[in-house]
Amino acid sequence: MSRISSHIRIEDFKVWKNGELILDYNETRELNKFLKAVYKLLGMKYMKFFKMDSLSKMGLIGAELLLDQNSLMEKYKAEEIAVVLANASASLDVDRKYYNTIKDAENYFPSPALFVYTLPNIVLGEICIRHGFKGENAFFIQKELDSDFIYDYNEDLLLQKDQNAIISGWVEVNADSYKAVMYLIEKEEGDIKHLPNNIKSLFLTQN
Amino acid sequence: MDELIQKLKGEIIEVLNLEDIEPDDIDEKDSLFNDGLGLDSIDALELIVLLDRNYDLRLEKDEEGIKVFYSVESMAKYITAHKK
Repeated sequence: MSRISSHIRIEDFKVWKNGELILDYNETRELNKFLKAVYKLLGMKYMKFFKMDSLSKMGLIGAELLLDQNSLMEKYKAEEIAVVLANASASLDVDRKYYNTIKDAENYFPSPALFVYTLPNIVLGEICIRHGFKGENAFFIQKELDSDFIYDYNEDLLLQKDQNAIISGWVEVNADSYKAVMYLIEKEEGDIKHLPNNIKSLFLTQN
Repeated sequence: MDELIQKLKGEIIEVLNLEDIEPDDIDEKDSLFNDGLGLDSIDALELIVLLDRNYDLRLEKDEEGIKVFYSVESMAKYITAHKK
């Protein structure tokens, strides 16, 4: 039986790790400033973070929170660590920003820095580059987290594809609306059984 | 020229989202890529857009890019020599 060894939630300008509130941000209601505050809280030194779109920033921070003091690369080979995420709006948030750079023929300056993030699966690459993971990658678009589907997909990776750890969950950003619920699945470590109902509970609970 | 260099530093910090870097942290003679600011190929494209949008300048030959974007100083010299 695979298990969930860590889980995080980022929502409503708050951050929870394993059910414990670790940041309640009140300074502004701007998502990027909030994400920067989490970045600083984590003591990260990764300048590329600031060039990312909000979706990648959110996913990167979520992974960082999950992996705090859990060096997966010391336990598993890079090829055995997968990243499987989902959301409802794909990369619509940055798609819209990119569109604003090209919609006016008189002021047509397509932004390369925005364009490179106009796919939702870029966040997977950013997490893998940061940590050196080389396992399976998938990003699914769903109206809401389909816990049965994502459970089946991840169990298949663990049982059939030689994966030993999976960073999984939901990372959604669309204008002012955002939510990240991410969890780390390992084959033998963790207090929570990796089951669809437990995934659903992580997604629905308020902490 | 000094005024243009200061302006360019601010614009580069803004378009490339170089958080925590102040204009005075950038030496106008240092390489923007490699050991200098460590910019990448996407940043290079943003600098091309910056020249076009803010100064109405487009490089005529691709090979010019290496020299023009070597440093803030080389960018300022190019803008001064080619401004319309």
